[in-house]
Amino acid sequence: MLLAVLCGFVAALFAPLGFRRFPLWAGRFAPLLPLGLFLFFLSHIGPVSRGEPVVVTAPWIPSLGIDFALYLDGLGMLFALLVTGIGFLIFLYTPAYLGGDRRQGTLFAWLFAFMAAMLGTTLAGNLITLFVFWELTGLCSYLLIGFDHEAEGSRSAALQALLVTGGGGLALLAGFLLLGGVVGSMELPVLLASGDLVRNHPLYLPILLLLLGGAFTKSAQFPFHFWLPNAMAAPTPISAYLHSATMVKLGIYLLARFSPVLAGTELWLALVAGVGGLTMLVGGILAVLEHDLKRILAWSTVSALGILTLLLGVGTPAAITAAILLLLTHALYKSSLFLVAGALDHGAGSRDTRQLGGLARRMPWLAVAAILAALAMAGLPPLFGFITKESIYAALFLSPWEPLLLTGLMLAANGLMVTVAVITGLGPFLGKGAPALAAYHPLPPTLWLAPLLPAALGLLLGLVPNMVAPLLLRPAIAVVQAAPVNTVLALWHGFNFELLLSAATLVVGLLIVLSRRRLLALLPASWQEGGFTQDGGFVLLLRALLRGARLQTIIVQNGRLRYYLMATIGVAMGSMGLTFLESGGLPGSLAWPSGYLHEWLAAGIIVAGALTVTVTDSRLGAVVALGTVGYGVSLVYILYGAPDLAMTQFCIETLAIVLFVLVLYRLPLFTLLSTPVVRLRDACMAAAIGGLMTLLMFYVLAQPLVPHVSDFFLANSLPAAHGRNVVNVILVDFRALDTLGEIVVLAVAALGVFGLMQSRRSDGEGK
Amino acid sequence: MSSIILSTTIRLLLPLLLLFSVFLLLRGHNEPGGGFVGGLVAAAAISLYALAEGVEAAHRILIVNPRQLIAGGLLTALGSGIIPLFLGRPFQSGLWLPHSLPVLGHVGTPLLFDLGVYLLVAGMALLIVLSLMEEE
Repeated sequence: MLLAVLCGFVAALFAPLGFRRFPLWAGRFAPLLPLGLFLFFLSHIGPVSRGEPVVVTAPWIPSLGIDFALYLDGLGMLFALLVTGIGFLIFLYTPAYLGGDRRQGTLFAWLFAFMAAMLGTTLAGNLITLFVFWELTGLCSYLLIGFDHEAEGSRSAALQALLVTGGGGLALLAGFLLLGGVVGSMELPVLLASGDLVRNHPLYLPILLLLLGGAFTKSAQFPFHFWLPNAMAAPTPISAYLHSATMVKLGIYLLARFSPVLAGTELWLALVAGVGGLTMLVGGILAVLEHDLKRILAWSTVSALGILTLLLGVGTPAAITAAILLLLTHALYKSSLFLVAGALDHGAGSRDTRQLGGLARRMPWLAVAAILAALAMAGLPPLFGFITKESIYAALFLSPWEPLLLTGLMLAANGLMVTVAVITGLGPFLGKGAPALAAYHPLPPTLWLAPLLPAALGLLLGLVPNMVAPLLLRPAIAVVQAAPVNTVLALWHGFNFELLLSAATLVVGLLIVLSRRRLLALLPASWQEGGFTQDGGFVLLLRALLRGARLQTIIVQNGRLRYYLMATIGVAMGSMGLTFLESGGLPGSLAWPSGYLHEWLAAGIIVAGALTVTVTDSRLGAVVALGTVGYGVSLVYILYGAPDLAMTQFCIETLAIVLFVLVLYRLPLFTLLSTPVVRLRDACMAAAIGGLMTLLMFYVLAQPLVPHVSDFFLANSLPAAHGRNVVNVILVDFRALDTLGEIVVLAVAALGVFGLMQSRRSDGEGK
Repeated sequence: MSSIILSTTIRLLLPLLLLFSVFLLLRGHNEPGGGFVGGLVAAAAISLYALAEGVEAAHRILIVNPRQLIAGGLLTALGSGIIPLFLGRPFQSGLWLPHSLPVLGHVGTPLLFDLGVYLLVAGMALLIVLSLMEEE
């Protein structure tokens, strides 16, 4: 199973090369991977449906106790089959849709990687694995939305999706860490069994809010719903796969997965059901106001995600059953409708509902697919969508919380769904042919086959619902509910209240369809064209953030070296001075040192050099005097038995002088530019830091040395590292990692200098 | 900036200095020295040569670009740490040849690491010095 999850990443590595070398065959072979994975997961369905999850664990970061764990239970199975099954359709459809685009290989690489990431997320057996794959899906989504990266709109939509879902991902990480801390384990089976512990813990509220933050951003719940329609900038198969059938359902997956742990409180009900209900209405209303097929479908996806959230929020067994049914139905009909929209765009050259019409005769199979999917969306018998809608009504009508209100809202939302189904599924194919379709051309077979398969499956499941109920749906429901269930589905429940509601839904939807044009005409002119974005708040926030960053950069990074230096020294001085004061000043008294003459001479050279630097009015003189200070210091090293240091210091000083001379050579003549006040300030600063460092040295020398570290090095240098020069052994063996870091810094600094010089040179040439 | 004295001296000094820098590198493990100071000495020697004979000549005797020296040094140092991974030991554990070699003495991955430091430091100093000189 480990291999099954990860092989998508391997395929992603080879996809670009494969598509470049063998464009035709790569496109034919690509769908085989998701198909194979689909069959692989299907082969595990026996034990999983009996409630025996498949668990695989491999060590990942053993030193931190983190395993790579996979956990395939009923819920994971449902998602794995959706991901690979819909994936198969998308992979089948994309080559024909792109029609030999030369970046096909790249697209497939991201798609493979995305599929693997989705499988990893939904099959993750612990929180760390889940989070890593969760973020990978967001990253793939970013790359796929921005696939058409030469268009400004795609780039900003991709960035928006990344920022929103990435921000949610951070919240999720924080929530996971809190949850893991409360339970004391990151492993999913342990977590699922500790619901009561979490619900009664004082940290329940932050955990819930953070997890919901992750789920709501990913599943485009209000007020984060704005990113999903903008993500339609991606090629249509991507929208069908990521932004309707799979990735946006991850938030729903998270809610379902952690229902046994978090659900069942008043807060959960209010937050999840409330947000879900609001999203469902907002999405539905915006959907019928649009004209672009993809945007209509995107808003209706938002609405469907809202319904799913609402149902999980209500959380009764009936509601969970309805949610799982809707998850499957929606994935089937929505991916089909998206693929139809893509095929229309490809074959008829338009996605505008006002221009499309009467295409049933020209694209018969596509029309069959679209009509089946639309009927499923509208919830008509004998499709699976009908069973789903009946169960939604049954669940809400028996809801313990505001049953009438919820049923009424759902009636409105489902009515809007019916409208969307008519506009997107029936509108383009029925009625009179629109005149503006000169671009029409016949479709390659995969373009109608891919949408037809899920739509036909929706019909099949409606006719024989109990074919999948015990194997696929019942185990998933049992996982979310944390109790075994015995759901039996039936197409016909007799004449009951739900049937009445279904009929009412249809009436509401058809009424909206009939009066839509008149209602639209009543709206302000600027609303008539559709294209609602709803991201004004996000844009404002982003702009404010950038402005804040700019302001802060102007203050902190003003580009004047001396201010940086002053800030650095000031901070160092402040922190050291405070520590020094707190420690109670100098211990003991200072005796006048008694040194040999040569030691006094060395000190004299250093002091004289330093004084010369400050008073000289020649640059070269200053550099030479500075060098004298350095040589004096290396003299001190020699006197006190540190030949290594002395040697290095000596070489550094020499090279530094050479560098200084090379730089100074080009500077203008020495002129006094600073005012006396500035010079006084600099002098004070210098005196202060010098004095403080001196005090610090006295202070450190007055403390007894901690011996065991250096003793260890001295004792082990020869036996363990075969070297007598302890300094060098520390550098290249005991603390080699530090040295590695330091030389990396050196290399980067040198490249930085080189870059600066190069840019100066090219500037000069430019002029 | 051509001086007969400097260019005559450097012809004698350059091989000596370079040899000395390698000497420093090799003895570093047991006596004062090491890759860092060795690299600095080598850089100083080449800089001196560049002062006497010009930057072009210095590039000629270097053969490789200073940037390549930096990259090579970094890779060598990193590689010395990675070798133990293949033998199932942690990153950067010291591995030693069982017997001492003539001239080189006891050889192990720390020496390789030091060689990396040597190359990188020399490359870094030369990159800065030579590109500053080229500006003129």
